[in-house]
Amino acid sequence: MTPRQRRMALVAGIVVGVGIAGALALRAFRENVMFYFDPTQVVGGQVKAGERFRLGGMVVAGSLQRTPGSLDVRFAVTDFRSTVPVAYSQVLPNLFKEGAGVVAHGRMNESGVFIADEVLAKHDEKYMPPEVTRSLKQADAAAPAAAGAR
Amino acid sequence: MLVELAHFSMILALVLSAVQAIFGLAGGARDDARWMRAARAAVAAQVVCTGLGVAGLVHAFIGNDFSVLYVAQNSNSALPLFYRVAALWGAHEGSMVLWIAILALWTTAFALSSRQLPRTVVARALGVLGLVSCGFLLFTLVTSNPFLRLLPPAADGRDLNPLLQDFAMALHPPILYAGYVGFSVSFALACAAMLEGRRDSLWARWMRPWTLLAWAFLGCGIAMGSWWAYYELGWGGYWFWDPVENASFMPWLIGTALLHSLAVTDKRGLFKSWTLLLTVAAFSLSLLGTFLVRSGVLVSVHSFAADPARGVFILVFLALVIGGALALYAWRAPTLGSEAGFELVSREAFLLFNNILLVVAAAVVFGGTLAPLISETLGLGTLSVGTPYFNPSFLVPILPLLALLGVGIHARWRRGGLMQSPRRLLALAGVALVLGVGLAVGAYARHEVLTSVGAVLGLFILGSSFLDPLQRLRRRQNLPAALIGMTVAHAGLGLFVLGVTFVESATIERDVALVPGQSAEIGAYTFRYEGGEPLQGPNYEGVRGRVVVTRAGRDVAVLAPEKRRYFVQGSVMTEAGIAAGWNRDLFVAMGEDVGASAWSLRMQYRPLIRFIWFGALLMAFGGVIAILDRRLRAAPTAAAP
Repeated sequence: MTPRQRRMALVAGIVVGVGIAGALALRAFRENVMFYFDPTQVVGGQVKAGERFRLGGMVVAGSLQRTPGSLDVRFAVTDFRSTVPVAYSQVLPNLFKEGAGVVAHGRMNESGVFIADEVLAKHDEKYMPPEVTRSLKQADAAAPAAAGAR
Repeated sequence: MLVELAHFSMILALVLSAVQAIFGLAGGARDDARWMRAARAAVAAQVVCTGLGVAGLVHAFIGNDFSVLYVAQNSNSALPLFYRVAALWGAHEGSMVLWIAILALWTTAFALSSRQLPRTVVARALGVLGLVSCGFLLFTLVTSNPFLRLLPPAADGRDLNPLLQDFAMALHPPILYAGYVGFSVSFALACAAMLEGRRDSLWARWMRPWTLLAWAFLGCGIAMGSWWAYYELGWGGYWFWDPVENASFMPWLIGTALLHSLAVTDKRGLFKSWTLLLTVAAFSLSLLGTFLVRSGVLVSVHSFAADPARGVFILVFLALVIGGALALYAWRAPTLGSEAGFELVSREAFLLFNNILLVVAAAVVFGGTLAPLISETLGLGTLSVGTPYFNPSFLVPILPLLALLGVGIHARWRRGGLMQSPRRLLALAGVALVLGVGLAVGAYARHEVLTSVGAVLGLFILGSSFLDPLQRLRRRQNLPAALIGMTVAHAGLGLFVLGVTFVESATIERDVALVPGQSAEIGAYTFRYEGGEPLQGPNYEGVRGRVVVTRAGRDVAVLAPEKRRYFVQGSVMTEAGIAAGWNRDLFVAMGEDVGASAWSLRMQYRPLIRFIWFGALLMAFGGVIAILDRRLRAAPTAAAP
């Protein structure tokens, strides 16, 4: 091979390699990306059956129930329009509190309970997951309209 | 009064950095000795003013001056002195002050140690640093001013975020920022070289020590953050692919690529344009890191500032920096010729692959980090990208990189060929294969192919990095510092790969609820919970548990995990109980009282996790050793042919 051909082969090899890496990354991305839904969207049936997603909202005050002596907990997450029951059986994060913001990862089961495999609570007093803030704002905006209709 | 003086001093620093920028850039362009002296004087004055501003703020923190809003928000009279000082960078405003202070330090270091460089290059680089400093001072004073008063003063402060009341976390931001900001010196030198329109590649030699130092700081800072997350967040992980972590990891990856491409530009005069682009990219990603962390636009467990106005300022600043640098590049790049070629099996070719793979890796991280932001902006829904994407995608470029590294470090420059006989390399590969598979399948009983691959690659890199120095020692040749540094850094990478491989494949973790006296099996270890006792700290109270770990009936460790409740902010924190060992960590974190006198506990066995941080520190240390190389320190100013 002449030096020129060799250089072209090198460039072609690099392009093919980078292309393969890109395609693999894109596939991993498509398969593993998780969408966020708030309780109203969940209740409204916007989530495909069996899809793993992020659920966000506020933990309903007084909704936390424990099976004494075990890790199983149940609580409800609300955006003040709709409420979704959640079941979880691992250690809850430090900042998990009733009446505070929360994001949970998991799936809905047949009886309409969100089975969480990961729960994230807001990180400190000031911080709130932006998407939760947004759905709460939407709920606020919707509330007067709903009251007027009634 | 002192705080007002400090505030005024910072405003002076802003004006002086503008003076520094103007006289530096214009003086360099006109080769006007008086203007360039003025730029140097402006640097000195700017640094002193910045120092006074920072000192005033620190004084307010130490003296518990709660009439300063920022102090009242982030400190408390019950806070120990060390954390009162560290509280300065406990939130957004102070972090920006820290950025500026560190930039002042880097500028001083550059101004003092650049006497051997052509004076116009120094003046222009100082001018560029002045522009950066100007931008950050403006940003701080306009959108995030920590000097504002609170009237009437607060009786006491709202305390430092308890998560940050920790030794490693107090030191993490300055070290990480030293890395971020350090790339601004490389950036300034690259801009100066482009402005000069230099056709040689001496600028690469000038950039190398600064880039190495910044890269070492950055690596050290990332390792420290990872270590902190491990013991403080209570999850026991060392890396979460969180946007904030990714924000610091991207400049590190690009910085690593830059180190290697600088070596080619310096030694062979090749890859000049590419090196310049990487320099711009490394600095831009450092700015983007600041933007990602501090504007709170991304869902992140670390973001404690959520103010889009600041984000817009940084975005504009970012656009100006990147746009300006790229315009400069477009103007000057055509004059950078390099005619030399190289063989396929040569150091240059291997370093080219190194660069491509590192840039692809950075692109993978970049895509995953920014996808949620882009998707949301375009109204495609709120999505989140996590470990299931990052782990497999990141390995696609990284595995070939690791495989090539073990061979590539022996490649000769230019004509090609290897410095080690192929037979010796094959023998080493054979030993790594047997040991690696033996370790994965035999010692840890992991049958996944990936575990064996990781173990073999880690061992091969570790062994391979010592071949050249050992050969030199045998032949009684001297060992240049650059070679020692390279060996240490690559050996560190080998250890790091081994650590990640076994932590990822052989970790055992369980969440359990136990009453005192009950125990749980974690692999070969038995964790027995013996109950908890009340705990009283200076600004918190809590519970300290006692967990005895035994293996085959013999006591191995007693762990004391804590659950703390901090008074002022009312937040609950986990202090994990960890028994560290060179070959494994045993980890317990307290969950909560789950009723029926039981506590929920998170228990983990993590093999070789110390290798991860030790390896990362070795990499940084190797970078520092390489700076000591005589070739880099005595930078000649005459152009080499």
